[in-house]
Amino acid sequence: MDKLLNDFSPGLFVVQTILLLLLILLMVKFAWKPIMNSLTEREEGIQGALDAAEKAKLEMQNLQADNANLLKEARAERESMLKEARDIKNTMIEDAKTEAQTQANNMIAQAQAAIESEKKSAMAELKSHVAGLSIEIAEKVVRQELSNKDKQLELVASMLNDAKLN
Amino acid sequence: MKVATQTFKFYSLVLMLFVSAFAMAENTTDPVQNSGGQVDTKDKVDAYILHHIQDSHDFSLFSYTSDEGERKHFGFPLPIILWTSNGLRTFMSSEFHHNDDGHVVVEKNGLKFAKIHSKIYELDGAAASVAFDETHHATNAHKVLDLSITKSVVGVLIIGLLMLFWFTGLARQYKKRQVPTGFGRVLEPLVLYVRDEISRPNIGEKHYRKFTGYLLTVFFFIWFLNLAGLTPLGFNVTGQVAVTACLAIFTLIIYTVSGNKDYWMHMLWMPGVPVLIRPVLAIIELAGAFIIKPFSLLVRLFANISAGHIVVMSLIAIMFTLKESLGVVGATGLSLVLSFFITLIEVLVAFLQAYIFTMLSALFIGMAVAEHDHDHAHDEQGHEVSDAEDVRGDFI
Repeated sequence: MDKLLNDFSPGLFVVQTILLLLLILLMVKFAWKPIMNSLTEREEGIQGALDAAEKAKLEMQNLQADNANLLKEARAERESMLKEARDIKNTMIEDAKTEAQTQANNMIAQAQAAIESEKKSAMAELKSHVAGLSIEIAEKVVRQELSNKDKQLELVASMLNDAKLN
Repeated sequence: MKVATQTFKFYSLVLMLFVSAFAMAENTTDPVQNSGGQVDTKDKVDAYILHHIQDSHDFSLFSYTSDEGERKHFGFPLPIILWTSNGLRTFMSSEFHHNDDGHVVVEKNGLKFAKIHSKIYELDGAAASVAFDETHHATNAHKVLDLSITKSVVGVLIIGLLMLFWFTGLARQYKKRQVPTGFGRVLEPLVLYVRDEISRPNIGEKHYRKFTGYLLTVFFFIWFLNLAGLTPLGFNVTGQVAVTACLAIFTLIIYTVSGNKDYWMHMLWMPGVPVLIRPVLAIIELAGAFIIKPFSLLVRLFANISAGHIVVMSLIAIMFTLKESLGVVGATGLSLVLSFFITLIEVLVAFLQAYIFTMLSALFIGMAVAEHDHDHAHDEQGHEVSDAEDVRGDFI
């Protein structure tokens, strides 16, 4: 202890204190502060870059998932569109068929109606023609018959006979 | 390219300094005293080692005795700055002619000075020479405040300038690029090491930034000076009590000034112990904070570095002391092998002591700024249940 105190030089202590204080101040101002700031900045930069890369990776994954979804959706849409088209085609064919059917039916019905009315008018014409012809024949017959008295009487008698039968 | 030219300029400046110093010192002979002589006996080795361990007023590189029996010293003198009873006195150390036992008296403006065992004494009154008592203490002289640029101060200045040069260079590099090149690439991991392994874990995430500057300065200061002590220039700066005391007191001031309420609370009125024990604990804590901690810091560094120097020099001295029993080759070989391995260990110790000093400083600062503001769990009786964080908080 005595030796220690004897070795202790107050002058050196004073000089060392001044120099160390100066050194600390200078080093802090001109070396440590810029170095520490740069190191922190660099570390933050590296961390930021890593974070950004991680984020980009996640985004990429999201994008890929989105793409897959999109693809799936598109496929589903195509599927549904095809189905729709097929349906439309079917209904169109069906519609066309029924329409043609009804139209044909109508046409047939019209034709039948036309035929019927033609037939009727033909019948009527025939009837009237037959009637005229019958009257003509009857006239001729009657005229011939009435020229002979006996025959007239005979006719009346046959008619009366007929009437009795009725 | 710019850095390269700067480096070149710097080294040429250093070289010029040394050359001029050599030129200055070239023919310093010492006609007055030959007591230095050849260092070849055990007593002389002991004296030489003890002399080396002390601070010195001139920067001697080596010395030898010429064929004419003259002692020649190679080195350069350093300025001596004294604050005496009668104001400031300055002169060069060469005026003492390497005398270290008080026989050469230098007179400056009516005051007489003598150098005894690397300490400068002012002679009292009209005394013309130093009188010694039987224990070789000066009776008619007293010590003065010696603010000289001693060898240690030169070491501090050189290392300080080198640190400024290297680290401001590193700081400048970051303006241009993210990753430093050249010597900066060596320094950067060291800076990161101190920050991430010493400062951050011991002080805590919240406060470490404020103290890292001091810790970095102290770490590199001690480490570089320790390493400089291993060079043949023979600095023993970190083996000077004054230097380590100064470092320890800086740490003491920093952790005392930045201590928070909890720190003082735990020191002066320890919570969680019986009231009667608290004053006793306060005495122990105060002694710990103001005496034991700085003392342990200063003695550990001083003792380790001084011991390292003593051991290395003693092993080199085996060359002379065991010459008779082992022969020249055996003694030299043994000395070389042993001192080589001890020097390797000293390189490790140089780092280790810088690390320990910085680490303990960080730990002490960490204790002073540690926060205990988390919620305490309570048991049924309302006593606080200590958790792991508490234990840590109490420990540091």
